[in-house]
Amino acid sequence: MRRLDGSFVLLVTLIVVLLATGGLLSGGTYLSLFNLQSMANQVPEIGLLAIGVMLAMSAGNGGIDLSGIAMANLAGVASGLVALQVFPVDDAPVAFTILFVLGCALVGLIGGTVNGLIISRLGITPILCTLGTQMLFTGITVVLSSGRAVRIGAPGPLYELGNGYFLGIPWSFLLFIFAATVLGIVLRFTPYGVKLMMTGANQKAAEFSGFARARIITVTYALSGLLAGLSGAIIAARNVNVKWDYGTTYLLIAILIAVMAGVKPDGGYGRVVNVVLSAIALQLISSLLNFIGLSNFVRDLAWGAMLLFFLFVNRFALVEHFADILSSGRPPRASKP
Amino acid sequence: MTMVQDMSNSPIPTPEESARPSLGELFRRRPELVSLTILIVLCIVVAAINPAFLQASSLIDMGRASVVTGLFALGVFAILAAGGIDVSFPAIAALTMYSATLFVINVWPTAPMALIVASTVIGGAGLGALNGWMVHTLKVPSLIVTVGTQYLFRGILLAFIGTVWLMELPAQMTAFGKAPLLEFNGVNDVIVTLPMYFLIFPAAAIVTWYMFNKTLMGRAIFATGGNADVAERLGYNQRIVHVFVFAFSGALAGLAGIIHVCANRMANPFDLVGTEIEVIAAVVLGGARITGGTGTVFGTITGVLLITVVNNSLVLVGIPSTWQRVVVGGFILLAAAFFVKRQKK
Repeated sequence: MRRLDGSFVLLVTLIVVLLATGGLLSGGTYLSLFNLQSMANQVPEIGLLAIGVMLAMSAGNGGIDLSGIAMANLAGVASGLVALQVFPVDDAPVAFTILFVLGCALVGLIGGTVNGLIISRLGITPILCTLGTQMLFTGITVVLSSGRAVRIGAPGPLYELGNGYFLGIPWSFLLFIFAATVLGIVLRFTPYGVKLMMTGANQKAAEFSGFARARIITVTYALSGLLAGLSGAIIAARNVNVKWDYGTTYLLIAILIAVMAGVKPDGGYGRVVNVVLSAIALQLISSLLNFIGLSNFVRDLAWGAMLLFFLFVNRFALVEHFADILSSGRPPRASKP
Repeated sequence: MTMVQDMSNSPIPTPEESARPSLGELFRRRPELVSLTILIVLCIVVAAINPAFLQASSLIDMGRASVVTGLFALGVFAILAAGGIDVSFPAIAALTMYSATLFVINVWPTAPMALIVASTVIGGAGLGALNGWMVHTLKVPSLIVTVGTQYLFRGILLAFIGTVWLMELPAQMTAFGKAPLLEFNGVNDVIVTLPMYFLIFPAAAIVTWYMFNKTLMGRAIFATGGNADVAERLGYNQRIVHVFVFAFSGALAGLAGIIHVCANRMANPFDLVGTEIEVIAAVVLGGARITGGTGTVFGTITGVLLITVVNNSLVLVGIPSTWQRVVVGGFILLAAAFFVKRQKK
């Protein structure tokens, strides 16, 4: 008998309430196609980073990936500089775009693997490792770009990725949903996914069960890096320029999304679908605050306060209590011992 | 364990050796000596490449620069020793220093300096205590809690208190920033001064040292960082330890903030944020383990000096300043790898 996933219900409710509130407050403009599209366009870059944070947290043992946005910026700058050397943007836009996106993914994968190897082979705690690589990646980005913005330009296909639509849905959002779906399936149905969550839940038990812990951790951080690399490609596609200090608040927001999605910071539990919903909910809140006309500073304050609030909610398992009440309200499904 | 690994690191002492500890053994037991060695070697190399490094003006610049980092680092050291981590201290410093300066300018321009400093210290301690209480109550990694409070404190500052630079400081604050301790005649008869406030760093270091080595609270902090469950069973009250270390760090952050204002003769609410990684790097370079239970005040000071020298000498030896983050990031990873290897022995 499966229990109702409290976080899932909460997030769906939150999204519905936010959409309704936004629609009422703005007299409908909040729900216009244009606004919905622009919101969907902003979710992917931060959503991908949040999934990375979720993966690292799920691995347990104080797992966290602080290097996400630094990695994304490095991927955009490094891959951009190489691709600009190889293909002239105007003559070969398709080849340029393919090389650029693959390059971003590759840089992310390498960076993430470095994180994973340092954590699993050298035994450095994830906080310290990713703090160091955050500084290192940012530093390399600064060195490569001399601290200036790198102009990637907007060749056709890349512009489409950042700003185009398919059946009214932004391409970047589709890519995000695709990546999340693949990852969700991997976590749910492959041995790797099961072992990852079990390692996170109880490291000792996992080790005694003969799991290749080092490999699981390396793969996890490599995946997180890959997602950050993709996020870097989307950032470049949306902004035309890439720069080392883009998205300074993204680290906080990525952690906030993960915590809001009910991911346990101690490891062992996290669902990709909740992270996606959580990222959408956060974007809705952000746009709503924007609609009311509050400054960015108020928004930062709100993020901080929300993070603490959701830590509180998770700590005292408020969502689970809520879900239990809901479940027991329906007699046929409430066959709990 | 293979021989290759043994040779690359300090060998395990055999009975004959243990009478007179070998160099490797000494480094293994006192990791801060490694940092000290690196610091000395670095100073010699930099001075050999560019003798300007040893001029009074550049040494005093570094001395001045080390005060704020040093005060932050002593606070972070206390938290790391207890097994936590804090990234909210620059936000605490910014919030307290800006609020205090604004209050003095607008409400009480003749407020005595001692009172201004006391207010930021107490304010910082209060915000820190809030951190500690939440870390204890929410039972989540302190990194996540302090990332939250970092934005909360900074948001309160920028959304409700002010975003304008305060350029005209009251006279007593400017005087505090200028009061000389030592004066030198530098090159071209430029007078360089080591300000009085420099003394606050060693004073705070002595207080921290005293707390860790001579009081029961110091024992409790190390015990908690070493093994929280055991510490609890020994009767150390975890709530008090958590609230105390974060309040201690907050108080030092408040102190560092107001010194920063007086030294720069202006209060910029956007300052200080972003320095947290460097400060944590300094403490880790000083041999404190991020998982808690270890470290020394002497090591922390060494780490602070190391980071300060790295930051100030790159340009002197001809490395572009754009490389600064790469070097610091590399240092963090190398130090972490080294100290982890040491601990596995």
